[in-house]
Amino acid sequence: MKDPYTFQEIEIDVLREIGNIGAAHAATSLSTLLGVRIDMEVPRANVVGFEEITNQVGGPEAVVVAVFLQVVGEAPGNLFFLLEFDVAIKLLRHLPLSEEIGSAPMRETTIQNGTITRIVSLSDLERSAISEIGNIMAGSYLASLADFTKLHLEPTTPMFTVDMAGAILAYGLIQIGNMGDQALLIETSFFDGDEAIKGHFFFIPEPESLPIIFRSLGIGSA
Amino acid sequence: MVGIAELRVAALGYRIRTSGLGSCIGLTLFDPIARIAGLVHVMLPTIVDMVRASEPINRAKYADTGVPDLIEAMKKLGAKQARFEAKMAGGAQMFAVGKNQPERLRIGERNIEACKKVLREQHIRLIAEDTGGIYGRTIEIDAGTGRLMIRSVSHGIKEI
Repeated sequence: MKDPYTFQEIEIDVLREIGNIGAAHAATSLSTLLGVRIDMEVPRANVVGFEEITNQVGGPEAVVVAVFLQVVGEAPGNLFFLLEFDVAIKLLRHLPLSEEIGSAPMRETTIQNGTITRIVSLSDLERSAISEIGNIMAGSYLASLADFTKLHLEPTTPMFTVDMAGAILAYGLIQIGNMGDQALLIETSFFDGDEAIKGHFFFIPEPESLPIIFRSLGIGSA
Repeated sequence: MVGIAELRVAALGYRIRTSGLGSCIGLTLFDPIARIAGLVHVMLPTIVDMVRASEPINRAKYADTGVPDLIEAMKKLGAKQARFEAKMAGGAQMFAVGKNQPERLRIGERNIEACKKVLREQHIRLIAEDTGGIYGRTIEIDAGTGRLMIRSVSHGIKEI
């Protein structure tokens, strides 16, 4: 059996293009929503180990706001949209909503056993605002991916949480975990002019989806 | 520091830590006489789930192979299984699972059950646990005392 994670150069290009197209549409949505210019980084398509996957967002313990959905249909996979917690707060302040948004006491510092720890929480309104942005972003990523590949791809209901990056991403890797210690990660980051709002898409196709994606785009054996 | 699907053992004077446990389980063993502790970061319940036999198998990833391997690693350092005290944390349900979600997403619960089953089979007492819930945890065990510190972003720090 061919190792599903060994790619030709053209295949890597295609995977990057997938990250590019998906995130570009999502970034346009966000830009419209916030009324600010959003730029994108060049997408990366890498085969990574479990540990490396959280590096881009500040390590396994970094607190992130995450929207997770499963891609079902012809090329199943997992899609994450991640914002670092502080970035999510900045984003809330950009929204034309009530004054309370982004200024509520969302962070309490407590001292237990001599260690200072930050407990993070969001109000219901903040939660639902960020969650909705995430849904729009993830939905728009997936829609353009389906358009590009002409594959039938559907999202499950997006799920939302605020927690440690490691705990969240490992969850999406479970099915990949049944098979190996590595996953193909297509990653695109975007930011506004001064990098105040930086977000990340992680698309993790299941290994079986890869030949299907390649074929749909006319490369690889039929 | 123990990564996903890894295990480590340590003696008095050291701490072993693993971060960002979601549906994964951090299971610790402690020998209070020898003052030796071990920690395994289990990702899946059973090695039977292993689909692709062509890949090298990482035994620490599964409860039914990772926990026995941790026991053996502890014994190599001179710990005695009869004295082992087990603690575990993790096994959360990171995202709400709806009715239409597949069973395999309920991985947290399955991991908890699988770890308890191995402990029963190995006749090791589970003296404390902080499992389930909907949030991630970082844990750290002190090999000298066996105390397990648990941190989460929504619930702060606690010790079991």
